[in-house]
Amino acid sequence: MDLLIPEVGTLIWMLIAVGIVFFILVKWGFPMITDMVDKRSDFIDKSLDAAKKAAERLEGIQDECDALLKETRAEKARILKEASDRRDEIIAEAENRAKEAGEKIISDAREQIRQEKEEALRGLRRQVAELSVQVAEKVVMKQLESDEDQLQMIDRLIDDVKTGK
Amino acid sequence: MLLAFVPAMAQEDSELDVQEIIFGHLKDSYEWHVFSTNNRDFIIHLPVMLYSRTTGWHFFMSDKLEEDGSYDGFHITHEGPFAGKLIETLPDGTEVKPLDLSLTKVALGIIFNCILLCVIIMCTSRWYRNRKETDAAPRGFVGLIEYVVAMIVDDVIKPSIGKDYRRYAPLLLTIFFFILLSNIMGLIPIFPAGANVTGNIAVTLFLALITFFTVNVFGNREYWKEILWPDVPIFLKAPVPLLPLIELVGIFTKPFALTVRLFANITAGHCIILALTCVIYITANMGPVIGASMTGISIFFMVFMNCLELLVAFIQAYVFTMLSAVFIGLSRPEHHNENQKVTNK
Repeated sequence: MDLLIPEVGTLIWMLIAVGIVFFILVKWGFPMITDMVDKRSDFIDKSLDAAKKAAERLEGIQDECDALLKETRAEKARILKEASDRRDEIIAEAENRAKEAGEKIISDAREQIRQEKEEALRGLRRQVAELSVQVAEKVVMKQLESDEDQLQMIDRLIDDVKTGK
Repeated sequence: MLLAFVPAMAQEDSELDVQEIIFGHLKDSYEWHVFSTNNRDFIIHLPVMLYSRTTGWHFFMSDKLEEDGSYDGFHITHEGPFAGKLIETLPDGTEVKPLDLSLTKVALGIIFNCILLCVIIMCTSRWYRNRKETDAAPRGFVGLIEYVVAMIVDDVIKPSIGKDYRRYAPLLLTIFFFILLSNIMGLIPIFPAGANVTGNIAVTLFLALITFFTVNVFGNREYWKEILWPDVPIFLKAPVPLLPLIELVGIFTKPFALTVRLFANITAGHCIILALTCVIYITANMGPVIGASMTGISIFFMVFMNCLELLVAFIQAYVFTMLSAVFIGLSRPEHHNENQKVTNK
């Protein structure tokens, strides 16, 4: 039974010792710990949120990167193709031009050759004519020693002219 | 706890007074028995402070009581409701109990526990002083304390009290750690631990009174309305205040239940461990075979009981804190307002 009766002295000692210690701990001890625990859990929550957002953004960036890479590849292929087309075009054009130039040179040369040929022919003809005139003169001079012959000759020539018409 | 002084008693007389040993430990005393060797006891004598209505203040050390348990008109009584306490014999022969402010074993134990608690918690909170929440979490001892604090706050205080929990958390945490530390210190048999602090009804009563005052001083209007004019049919409260009476009794039964629960649990645990210890010395005289086998069994059960008591030490601190938090939460009801809002809609 005596165990169940609270002793006043013990209560008073409790009041003093526990009162002081409880005051200290309630005022300065536990608030510090609980505040820090709360703050840290807030911080962890925020960090997790930020990490989640960052991961989402990273995923987006990855997609963007892939798309960009694809586009770049396509662009590269297009540029290469264009370049090769252009090259072929240039080569073809150069060939054409060379061909044309060559042809022109050849035709010019031909023309020149032709003109020179004509010139030569003309000179030749004149010489031949002169020569034949001289030959004819000599022949005529020798044949037309008689008047008869001369008359005959004139008549024949007139006839020739008439029939020559 | 008494591992040391049981052999001394066993040697003095073979008739072992088990009841005396067990109650000698459970009860408070004016001296602190540390340990004994074959021929001498190591006892710390504690100061006795008494106030008598007739003869005033008395101060002396408890070694004056050693010879026959009496000094300066006071003697330690062995019967009645104050067995083990100092009683004053007045000149006319009547015996009265003086106001006993002696620094007894339990009082000293309380002071030791308080200092230890203060050191532990202040060291832990000091760790945070120059740190920010972005720093790494504490490890080791500080981490352990922080873990227990966070667990009690999140699992017990927050769900029991509700939105106002921050205001009460430090007080409830202090109660929890004081009970836990005192329970564990009571299980350690070596000085300065070993005082049966939480197995003393005055200590548990004081802790329950803290809860009692917190509940009733900070209780809101709704709480008092629920007690004095509860929401029940009018005949239960009108001519005869039947329900208010029950509720009023309930105010006092709550701290009473807290007091007795903690006291009874710790006392029972200590009783069992002490009884198992005594088994060794009782069976020692029954021959070597029985003695040895019973010693083995007893040690096995003692280890088991000590593990169980460690668990009980935690559970009782947890339960005390939880019930205190629940009582505080009940003293700040809000659900009536919420119900009204719902019906208004």
